[in-house]
Amino acid sequence: MLKQIEGSRAVAEAIAMCRPEVVCAYPISPQTHIVEALGESVKSGELANCEFINVESEFAAMSVAIGASAAGARSYTATASQGLLFMVEAVYNASGLGLPIVMTVANRAIGAPINIWNDHSDSLSQRDSGWMQLFAETNQEALDLHIQAFRLAEELSLPVMVCMDGFILTHAYERVDMPTQQQVDAYLPPYEPRQVLDPRAPVSIGAMVGPEAFMEVRYLAHAKQMQALERIPQLAAEFKQVFGRDTGGLTHTYRAEDAETIVVAMGSVLGTIKDTIDEMRDDGHKIGVLGITSYRPFPLAQVRAALQNTKRVVVLEKSLAVGIGGILSTDVRMALSGIQLHGYTVVAGLGGRAITRKSLHKLFREAEQDALQPLTFLDLDWNVVNKQLARERAGRRSGPAAENMLRDIGTVASKIA
Amino acid sequence: MPFQPIKFYQTGTFTVGNRLLNPDDRSVQSHQDRINSINSGHRACQGCGEALGARYALDAAMEATGSQLIAANATGCLEVFTTPYPETSWQIPWMHSLFGNAAAVATGIAAAMKVKGRSDVRVIAQGGDGGTTDIGFGCLSGMFERNDDVLYICYDNEAYMNTGVQRSSATPAAARTATTMPVGPNPGNVFGQGKFVPAIAMAHEIPYVATATVADLRDLEAKVKRAMEFRGARYIHILVPCPLGWGSASHDTIRIARLAHETGMFPVFEAEYGVQVSALPIREQLPVEEYLKPQKRFAHLFGAKPKLDMIAKIQERADRNIRKYGQAPQQEVV
Repeated sequence: MLKQIEGSRAVAEAIAMCRPEVVCAYPISPQTHIVEALGESVKSGELANCEFINVESEFAAMSVAIGASAAGARSYTATASQGLLFMVEAVYNASGLGLPIVMTVANRAIGAPINIWNDHSDSLSQRDSGWMQLFAETNQEALDLHIQAFRLAEELSLPVMVCMDGFILTHAYERVDMPTQQQVDAYLPPYEPRQVLDPRAPVSIGAMVGPEAFMEVRYLAHAKQMQALERIPQLAAEFKQVFGRDTGGLTHTYRAEDAETIVVAMGSVLGTIKDTIDEMRDDGHKIGVLGITSYRPFPLAQVRAALQNTKRVVVLEKSLAVGIGGILSTDVRMALSGIQLHGYTVVAGLGGRAITRKSLHKLFREAEQDALQPLTFLDLDWNVVNKQLARERAGRRSGPAAENMLRDIGTVASKIA
Repeated sequence: MPFQPIKFYQTGTFTVGNRLLNPDDRSVQSHQDRINSINSGHRACQGCGEALGARYALDAAMEATGSQLIAANATGCLEVFTTPYPETSWQIPWMHSLFGNAAAVATGIAAAMKVKGRSDVRVIAQGGDGGTTDIGFGCLSGMFERNDDVLYICYDNEAYMNTGVQRSSATPAAARTATTMPVGPNPGNVFGQGKFVPAIAMAHEIPYVATATVADLRDLEAKVKRAMEFRGARYIHILVPCPLGWGSASHDTIRIARLAHETGMFPVFEAEYGVQVSALPIREQLPVEEYLKPQKRFAHLFGAKPKLDMIAKIQERADRNIRKYGQAPQQEVV
């Protein structure tokens, strides 16, 4: 059924159809609307057979989910940014224990400086946590990926983060095709745990493991993610059979067949990139797109296959590995090892900085002429940076950097022409 | 079976007259079909108070729940010495997640049981004083505040023993630990406000709060069983001497736990819905020196130049405990 609905609400409705049994909630923008909607559904009785628990921190949210999942309940939570970082110890614990928790990450920047807007720093900081990470491009994809995520997580006994851009998707009202309960029930069987706390068959879970088996346990987690590389496309195909939509999979290409330049990206920015590329294609540019849906496991073979015949690759990422440059681009480079082509890392959109078609046109044209720096910061205001650097050279007590730079920029309102 | 009124403690000894009791009144441990929740063969130190306390507490809880019990465990001595696989001592469903989240994990387990229609299955969370009063305190308070259906048991040995005896917020004033060495003008731990979590638990007005020591194991068993009569958040704080960390003889664990009670160093009481309902009376109050002297962690208070001022301050606290919790033998707690 088509519906005009906020992204968070659409995701909440999809999760409710997945019949979660324990939902833990701790507020942090921009994921709050999702758990608010779920809380209301549970309280009204609409979502039956579900415990909604208002916890005191994200660390507790993930810990409650761990206990519930180990006791055999389908468990869900949502977080973002500082909240994800606050629960990190439990994030690693959930995957280490092989508990198929599904968590929405409404992607948001990490402070300091504190910033509530979108980039991918939060979930990418958890790339090695053992969680699978699926990135949604649209709200339709966000809600569909949640349904697939429960299936994927529970089949493999590994947790999944569904990553959707904070505000850009979570707070956007878009048309989505809401699935029916019958469809979701047909696709997602009840959770059958591999391990469960049950007095009828007592087990110890989470015992200490020494050097004799630790490597093997960790390898098993890797092996499961390698299995996921096979299962994710199969689950997307099955999803299409039931729901009639192409959603999910590992990667997607767009107008990339004869492209000499391919732009690689994740999440909602793919929409802006595709619009830009449509316009450039109209002007005769041979440029295309590779969108990555599955960031973990990272589909090395598919990325390599998609990029190996192009001349240059521009990885546009909403993340920064301070001290080296790109995070996503490091993985893309690994997929391309041994292949000689021009590769560019573009760090863009940090902390919600708008990524405009105008900027992308300029960027992609420079890339086509191989005039880009290997590491480019899109729309970086060099005046502000240089002024601060000069201030720091001038004297020791230069003061707090962020506040200095804000003062130099002046009020946002003063920038509006 | 005919029986006469029983005196638990024969004059001058502390022998528990188990054999004289009606079978129904005997300790869980005297039953041939006892559960052995924590089986023998684990790796606890000789004289470990925590191993003893956990065994009695969990077996009593198993009896009270008809063996429908799941336990969540914080990281710490209890977790380490009862695992690793395949040598786990746990005969009950048991889970260890992290150091600071046992209360929240237990909340999750209890929620799962409720949603699965298995509310007959009861949930215990357990941790040491570090996992309870320090790193796990946020999750503990959250579990209390929501009144989640969990019994949390703290085995308090008054420092981080598993990592090598560092100070926790449950470490008593003047005690030597690896991070409060007996050097300088104020040797040992600071005389701070302390952090007595049973009182904080009472402030949450949860259904049941109790303290106990491993010197009075029948009292401990009774409190665990009492706790299982309530639904909602419950808290039992058990003082468990640690021969390694306290520098006491391993055969003195129970004696020192008893002295903690009889000197007033550790108040033993029960509370329901935030109000104290009982106290374990002190038959004859002993001076705190009796408790302090057998422990090397307090050795710097004695010797050639005893720190009389510090001992006096400790005595003041013990006296205050006895008054506050009504443990003097003549006092009746209403």
